Amino acid sequence: MATSMALNEIAVSSASSVASKMSSKPAMKKFVGFHTVALSTKNASFPSVKCAAKVNMAVAVDVSRFENVSMAPPDPILGVSEAFKADTDATKLNLGVGAYRTEDLQPYVLKVVNKAEQLMLERGENKEYLPIEGLAAFNKATAELLLGADNPVIKNGQIATVQGLSGTGSLRLGAAFIARYFPGVKVLISSPTWGNHKNILSDAGVPWSEYRYFDPQTVGLDFKGMIEDIKAAPNGSVILLHGCAHNPTGIDPTPEQWEAIADVLEEKGHMPFFDVAYQGFASGSLDDDASSVRKFASRGFEMFVAQSYSKNLGLYAERIGAINVILPTADLAARVKSQLKRLARPMYSNPPVHGARIVANVVGDSVLFDEWRAEMQMMAGRIKGVRQKLYEALLSKDKSGKDWSFILKQIGMFSFTGLTKSQSDNMTDKWHVYMTKDGRISLAGLNLAKCDYLADAIIDSYYNVK
Amino acid sequence: MSTAAAPASSVPAGARSGWWEAVQPAARDPILGVTEAFLADSDPKKVNVGVGAYRNDEGKPVVLECVRKAEQIIAGKQNMEYLPMGGLVKFNDLSVKLAYGDTAPVLEEKRVAAVQTLSGTGACRLFADFQKRFKPDSRIYIPVPTWANHHNIWRDARVEAHTFRYYKPSTRGLDFEGLMEDLKKAPEGSFVLLHACAHNPTGVDPTADQWKEMSQLFKSNRLFPFFDMAYQGFASGDTVRDAQAIRIFMEDGHQLACAQSFAKNMGLYGQRVGCLSVVCDNSQQAVNVKSQLQQIARPMYSNPPLHGAQIVTTVLSDPELKEQWYKEVKVMADRIIGMREALKSNLEKLGSSLPWKHITEQIGMFCYSGLTEDQVDRLTKEFHIYMTRNGRISMAGVTTGNVEYLANAIHEVTK
Repeated sequence: MATSMALNEIAVSSASSVASKMSSKPAMKKFVGFHTVALSTKNASFPSVKCAAKVNMAVAVDVSRFENVSMAPPDPILGVSEAFKADTDATKLNLGVGAYRTEDLQPYVLKVVNKAEQLMLERGENKEYLPIEGLAAFNKATAELLLGADNPVIKNGQIATVQGLSGTGSLRLGAAFIARYFPGVKVLISSPTWGNHKNILSDAGVPWSEYRYFDPQTVGLDFKGMIEDIKAAPNGSVILLHGCAHNPTGIDPTPEQWEAIADVLEEKGHMPFFDVAYQGFASGSLDDDASSVRKFASRGFEMFVAQSYSKNLGLYAERIGAINVILPTADLAARVKSQLKRLARPMYSNPPVHGARIVANVVGDSVLFDEWRAEMQMMAGRIKGVRQKLYEALLSKDKSGKDWSFILKQIGMFSFTGLTKSQSDNMTDKWHVYMTKDGRISLAGLNLAKCDYLADAIIDSYYNVK
Repeated sequence: MSTAAAPASSVPAGARSGWWEAVQPAARDPILGVTEAFLADSDPKKVNVGVGAYRNDEGKPVVLECVRKAEQIIAGKQNMEYLPMGGLVKFNDLSVKLAYGDTAPVLEEKRVAAVQTLSGTGACRLFADFQKRFKPDSRIYIPVPTWANHHNIWRDARVEAHTFRYYKPSTRGLDFEGLMEDLKKAPEGSFVLLHACAHNPTGVDPTADQWKEMSQLFKSNRLFPFFDMAYQGFASGDTVRDAQAIRIFMEDGHQLACAQSFAKNMGLYGQRVGCLSVVCDNSQQAVNVKSQLQQIARPMYSNPPLHGAQIVTTVLSDPELKEQWYKEVKVMADRIIGMREALKSNLEKLGSSLPWKHITEQIGMFCYSGLTEDQVDRLTKEFHIYMTRNGRISMAGVTTGNVEYLANAIHEVTK
């Protein structure tokens, strides 16, 4: 201890050469710990330095430029899986990250994906760089999936589509574009929303604020608050909307509510920015899940739409998605596309090819496409099934008359249980149920067999923990 | 770039226009735009010596055999789960071993923070953002010339950029005196971008002695070395030799950072596989730094793509595949060296009076020909030869089938 203290007390001096450091006190700002390293004798500039067995690193090496870098907090969502893995309890349940699991709680690679990859392997395609905007066949397919192939927006070339690094990367390109071309314009995000939305906007340098969304009283949509807040925003703001299966609440506006939201956006000259991460995964139908986006497009809105194939095609790992911008003219679409490319180039140059090819192959083959639809229906169906079973379990165990029907009304992978942070902590600490601290559970990680256990955990946490 | 904000409060109710006036059509990317133009050309004699992607002697893209085998091994594996934010751990471990040496002390001491990135571009960008976040007032020094996208990367990361002399047109070699002079003037705490080997676009690398002198300067002036290593193995055919600059700096006790790309040396261009590593004081700091790099990656793409990283991991962790890879990389490097010799001797045979020895003295994929922009334009217009306007020739695009045509065209525009 005395030795390291002595080192800490050594004065800081910026020596002009390492050689002079040999004879004087080492130049360091702060010494974090002791470390030893053998000095190489190859360097002729230090003839006086013998290759002693060990030399104090304080003499040989400058303290790192990054010694003041602190440990970042664990990611609130991805960190949950890490904690789950570390838990050795047999009853543990991972309702954290939104990745689909089978009834056996195993990850699921869609059969169409296996088939597409097999086709790709057999064809032996090359690994050349994609253009900055990505695979053309993918871009065409993704825009058509979103809007419908016969949509006038597509026929008239009024859409700029750029392949992105899944939903995150696509959102980031959109946010970076907003920062560069609409400086000062604010993006409004729902309260709550997917945690990474804030990070994306902040890192892109886009100011943001929240609009009310979740009503804890009803465990439903605070429609009045939402409309009020969107109306209160300065004209010409950007409103981030979840196309379907709102994350984390699972609460979507009704068709009538969507029309009313569109009315307000029109009135205020706001621009919609849709995050579509669950098309086909929410209801099982690609078209139904795109209805909000298509409604806005048909009303003539200019808008951003970010898409992801992580969930609906189970391509989590391959980072495949797209940023779309719907515009009044084809000329504008070309200009916007060229500028999106200028934002992508210094981020990653061009996007990864593997996931894009898988999507293009699945969508481009009618047999595979039909199989994909069936697998999506299966996944969505399983989630609806566990919602039903969980609801029934809660009803049978909780005789207080509390309305648990929000479990059935919410849609998609997630359910916002209304549990507080300390209640969520209880879920984890006492019941080994892993979820995010905002009360969100991922139903994709639940199976029929565990519904009873989960109901017990929820009831205990809700009633016995403040 | 951007002008005033859209007149938000004056947008009338129901109006939809007024958002996009500031959006101009972007100029074509100077490098990737060349391939776009090439593809649009229908002339049968056309030659693409633009983008740096390897071609075999038939002018075709190559997928390495070791890569094909790796893909067979990976096929059907039931894993599509999100990678961690920092990417595939095994991939990172193998990458840094390749860069620093299997038994490098810094690796044994766990002092290297390493994250999988979107190829070399992604590694550079992650580092630039990290530099901005933790050393916001620091500068980046960039060689003249360099890969054009370097400037875009540090600019979009909002890091103040300066340049240092690198290429000497009169010798078509390294301007070492200019380099040392310029870097001596850099303030302490500045970051310096160095190409570890096969400098892009010039192909001009410092000698070992010059690297050593630079290393001393960096130590005495507290300059931070950032190595962009996109061609390890691809330059000389020897992965250890191509990493010598990094090894020299490491021996001198530097704490440096390195961006690695597997685009060229494993032919994984479109898969976007790379690694960013930062050498730290100790293992705790390495953990801290890695966690902060992940914080930057999360709002950019959440986690990196799996497929390419799995390929690299499979190749590097299987001794037979790894041996095969070493051989295949040498074949690529040797073919390019052969084409350099062929281009030079063809130009000499044509009686060109200009000096062309730089073609064989330069190393790696690119030859900085010394051609002017006008000459390059003539090559494109008259001969349908596509290259970037700085006169950079991608030797990977030269074949026994087109080298004479290329030499002839160059001679025509330079005589």
